[in-house]
Amino acid sequence: MKRYSLVVLVLSLASAFVFFLGRAMLELGPTAIDLRAPVAAHLAESGVTHPVTAVLLNYRGYDTLLEIAVLLLALLAILAVVGEAPASPTRAAHPVLQALGRLAVPLMVVVAVYLLWAGAFRPGGAFQAGAVLAAAAVLLHLVGLLPGWSKPRLGLRFGLAAGFALFLAVAAGLLTQGSLLQYPPAAAGVLILLIESGLTVSLALILAGLFLLLSREAEA
Amino acid sequence: MSTGFIFALTGAILFAAGVAGVVLIGHLLRRILAFNLMGSGAFLVLVGLAQRQDVVDPVPQAMVLTGIVVAVAATALALALVRKLHALTGQLELPDDVDA
Amino acid sequence: MLEPLFDPLVWLILLPLAWATLAFVLGPGRGAWPAIAGLATQCWLAIELAQKVGAGGVTNHVVGGWGAPLGIDLAVDGLSAAMLLLTQAVALPLAIYARSYFKLNDPAGTWFWPLMGFLIAGLNALFVSADLFNLYVTLELVGLAAVGLVAAGGGAQQVAAALRYLFATLVGSGAYLLGVALIYGAYGTVSISTLLPLVTNDAPRLVWIAGGLMVSGLMLKTALFPFHFWLPPAHGGAPAPVSALLSALVVKASFYLILRLWLGPLQTVLPAFAWLLAMLGAAAIFWGSWQAIRAVKLKRLIAYSTVAQLGYLFLIFPMLAAHGALEAGVMQIFAHGLAKAGMFAAAGVLIKATGQDTVAGLAGSVERLPVTMFAFGLAGMTLMGLPPSSGFLAKWLIIEVALAQGHWIIAMVVLAGGLLAAVYVLRVLRQAFLLTPASATLTPVPRMLEWSAFALAAASVLLGLRGVELMRLLGAMA
Repeated sequence: MKRYSLVVLVLSLASAFVFFLGRAMLELGPTAIDLRAPVAAHLAESGVTHPVTAVLLNYRGYDTLLEIAVLLLALLAILAVVGEAPASPTRAAHPVLQALGRLAVPLMVVVAVYLLWAGAFRPGGAFQAGAVLAAAAVLLHLVGLLPGWSKPRLGLRFGLAAGFALFLAVAAGLLTQGSLLQYPPAAAGVLILLIESGLTVSLALILAGLFLLLSREAEA
Repeated sequence: MSTGFIFALTGAILFAAGVAGVVLIGHLLRRILAFNLMGSGAFLVLVGLAQRQDVVDPVPQAMVLTGIVVAVAATALALALVRKLHALTGQLELPDDVDA
Repeated sequence: MLEPLFDPLVWLILLPLAWATLAFVLGPGRGAWPAIAGLATQCWLAIELAQKVGAGGVTNHVVGGWGAPLGIDLAVDGLSAAMLLLTQAVALPLAIYARSYFKLNDPAGTWFWPLMGFLIAGLNALFVSADLFNLYVTLELVGLAAVGLVAAGGGAQQVAAALRYLFATLVGSGAYLLGVALIYGAYGTVSISTLLPLVTNDAPRLVWIAGGLMVSGLMLKTALFPFHFWLPPAHGGAPAPVSALLSALVVKASFYLILRLWLGPLQTVLPAFAWLLAMLGAAAIFWGSWQAIRAVKLKRLIAYSTVAQLGYLFLIFPMLAAHGALEAGVMQIFAHGLAKAGMFAAAGVLIKATGQDTVAGLAGSVERLPVTMFAFGLAGMTLMGLPPSSGFLAKWLIIEVALAQGHWIIAMVVLAGGLLAAVYVLRVLRQAFLLTPASATLTPVPRMLEWSAFALAAASVLLGLRGVELMRLLGAMA
């Protein structure tokens, strides 16, 4: 049995890997660098009070800029892959589901706005807010109140790209401060909120798009 | 043994299981799940190992948030490709690669 | 002070991101002109940067003003500057080529421009990053853009090739990410400059595992034998401009990262694997060439030739401590990058003109498409390593360093690889010189396609005459 021996081989290699990795992890002493101190020390200049948000949007904001590019890129690649197909007709769900959907969506919008605002000082932020908004759109689609997307028109394309474009423009504009994404401490809070608001809208559209573009009936 | 270390060890197991899954499983949907298992394993190691003294470190947490978004993007693209392949061939496994 | 505002290093990342976004908003099939204008500017920026690095050594940009290890640093030394130069120099002719290649309403070209923009942005960001986690994000940017380009508008074969490629690239970057996680766990930082003294001072066993994981993941992404299984269908099945971008640039990005780790933070760890990589490289040369000799389809042949040519890059690892080995490797990156872009571009012309993709169907191409066949021949010269091409210079440098070190076996492999390359290149040329079958019809192709392919192939030969400037640039190392 060739297949059987392959399974045994792969599983034993995987187990050996875990064994050696676990042992090597146990040997570790304390790390030479501890970033918690500098993260805390510069928190006052970062424009936010939550350390994870400070890392995400200020200290390592460049990672986040590229991460949004990856997400926009994935949507773009999906558009290129699925090509043009008519959107599937919406199938109206049970009226009770529709009524519940209508009820839930405004609450989800409120939660999203709260998450966006809370991100500055506790867990939350643009991505979480965008995800809740996208979930609202998916919910509307599933109960038959929102059609799937066929191909994005100009307005929608603008909305999908706006958050990233705004982030990019702010990053480039801050070059006048000395380097990419170098927020002046006084304006950091406002700028981060501006970026996060833009991102919330675009991330919601992109995440909803990942679902709504794929929700079309498979081509025959 | 600290909580952080247990997370890291679990992460190592998940990663190995995920790689084994990607190598062994032919069904594409399950293979995507295996890839996600692998990614989650790496994230757990990143956060867990850095917090093996059980003190919170925000830097790896932020990195994992970035990593999760990247993994979501990759998963979405993989699903789109699998759907397209299914629509074109009716198969949920990769066809043999031929030069003809 | 306005100097940072015009730092070419940053604009090499921002500019392609900007034109990619613009091309997306403009809509399906649009965005060729912003892309070409952007790439022309980027060429100029890359030359500016190379001159700056050549004159003043390493250039840095401290993103956010925080500085490593809290923030992310960007750094350009001679190696990065060379990679940036190659990327822009290959991408600009290919963009001009692609504008003529994708006719209006071609499903494969619908979103080509924004995808290409993100790909180039990812590559540039990768070549300048000095932060291991940031490098992971750039790797994913490059990988997903490449997969999207392979799959765009394709049939079942192409989608299957894209999926195979996607799994390979995701597992590769997953292994790399676990390596980064272990390094962060061991030292508490992922900044390359901060790590260097720490790793040199003390490398626990975990760091060896991390190094192994990172290099294995990157080997998978570079398609080093035996991890090459995904490359021939992906590079052979994509539209010609995409194949050219992937073979010339994308596989080089992960190789560059291995080199960066090898020369940088993991320099005390990775040399233990040197001979293993060199052996796999030698195997890649033989296996890739053999498959290219047997291939039925033209683009399949060229894709297998990429597998073989990548093998040469890994031959330099056992000699990397010696003077001249890095130069030899980078010369091979340039030679193969330019030649393979030219060759895939020429193949695209041949396929468009003859309407099919087999080597056998090329009969009569020489009399009917002389410019394109000349381009193919020039690119083939570089791959075979005939003087005065840059391929000759690269192989000569590898042999010289190998003999100086007493590694005659490496020199033998290089010589044998050159002979095998001659077999598959001449196989195509011989077929092209045959008389045209009476039944064959030829679709006319835009002149621009032929001449941009020719420019790339000619550049790969002419670079051999100007190799000294490139070597001097590499002298500016960290």
